Amino acid sequence: MTWDWQVFCEDTIERTAVQGCFGKDGGITYLDWMLSAWGWTVSVALLALLLALALGLVIGTLRTLPASPWLVRLGNAWVELFRNIPLLVQIFLWYHVVPAFFPTLKSVPGFVLVVLALGFFTSARVAEQVRSGIQALPRGQRYAGMALGFTTAQTYRYVLLPMALRIVIPPLTSETMNIFKNSSVAFAVSVAELTMFAMQAQEETARGIEIYLAVTGLYIVSAFAINRLMAFIERRARVPGFIAASAGGGH
Amino acid sequence: MNLQIDFSFYSWDLISNFVLKGLYFSLMLTAIATLGGVLFGTVLALMRLSGRKWLDLPATIYVNGMRSIPLVMVILWFFLLVPAVIGRPIGAELSAVITFIAFEAAYFSEIMRAGIQSIPRGQVFAGQALGMTYGQNMRLVVLPQAFRNMLPVLLTQTIILFQDTSLVYAIGAYDMLKGFEVAGKNYGRPIEAYLAAAVLYFVICYALSWAVKRLHQRIAIIR
Repeated sequence: MTWDWQVFCEDTIERTAVQGCFGKDGGITYLDWMLSAWGWTVSVALLALLLALALGLVIGTLRTLPASPWLVRLGNAWVELFRNIPLLVQIFLWYHVVPAFFPTLKSVPGFVLVVLALGFFTSARVAEQVRSGIQALPRGQRYAGMALGFTTAQTYRYVLLPMALRIVIPPLTSETMNIFKNSSVAFAVSVAELTMFAMQAQEETARGIEIYLAVTGLYIVSAFAINRLMAFIERRARVPGFIAASAGGGH
Repeated sequence: MNLQIDFSFYSWDLISNFVLKGLYFSLMLTAIATLGGVLFGTVLALMRLSGRKWLDLPATIYVNGMRSIPLVMVILWFFLLVPAVIGRPIGAELSAVITFIAFEAAYFSEIMRAGIQSIPRGQVFAGQALGMTYGQNMRLVVLPQAFRNMLPVLLTQTIILFQDTSLVYAIGAYDMLKGFEVAGKNYGRPIEAYLAAAVLYFVICYALSWAVKRLHQRIAIIR
């Protein structure tokens, strides 16, 4: 077989090669389309990540609270619920079922629903990491907070969370890379992200291998960028001489 | 809240005509991919632990490559490439089986590697001292203990694998989710269909992870 990378320079409608590979006068080439798809992938992943971190932090903390068994149960139920249903099914639930229960969501674009689905799905995993991060701290840390007369909220804010969050940076790195990979499932509800582009462009151009190679390359580049970024954050957030320092590097 | 669920949708017909066929495929795919994945995963793990660069390097590239690509893309890749390589079209179902074995091998090999590395060096030395070859040492001393150590992680990965089988949606294979979806379309009841799919996946996965937790408590090696 022969390579045909020219396919990326083709206009998506007229199917003729465009000089310079970027569409002119409102036309778009496959390259334009792919880059915009990459943008959608990054947007879905990053927004879902923000949601997952915020929710996961709260839920994970709830699960470690002393003397609040109902909040702990709520947190546990949350994690079990979102962990035991496949992501694709959850996306269909958000897309087809939830709007039927809450009609206000009917006018919300699919993109937002996918961000919600991916964010809630990942929040369960983040919560699990945060919980084990807090529980990995020596019990004396909590007692030290109590001995200083801190309230529970203060103990968490000033003693437990600052250390626990540093411990969870490495597992959160792999969760962040997972969220990029999982964003590919958004193809199922026609969000114009990379996988959707790959499927459609493959069908239109019949140059599947070139298209898939480029898309796969972009996924790998994204994963690598996240990996480096998180390693940077980990180095910057490190408390000299503490646990987080030795957990660096590696995977 | 205007929720109207048509409970008459949930009938034996739904299960026997649509769901069972898909459930059977999902379970078969999970079982075959687990067996094949563990088999090839062990080979990959042994290659990476062999200490020989020409074995280690290709295995490392394969494992890291597979792990950095979304599963949906891998499914699409195989669906495109396998027919091109063997020169004739294959069904979505067979393509899914091949994909999942190849993909899961990468994940299982990481579990295997961690399991093998968790065996104290003294065990290997003891085998060597008894005059065992590398193969005997692995088969009789290291792997049995490693399998026992990693069984809970292995089974947890199998549960994740079962959830991931729903992604064969991308190539239109008929799995459990597809069964519910087809039924929902046929009866014009998509909401009931997706709800039922979610409940069934949840019940299966929750029950399995509970069982894994129990098993873990029973078989943990006490040292």
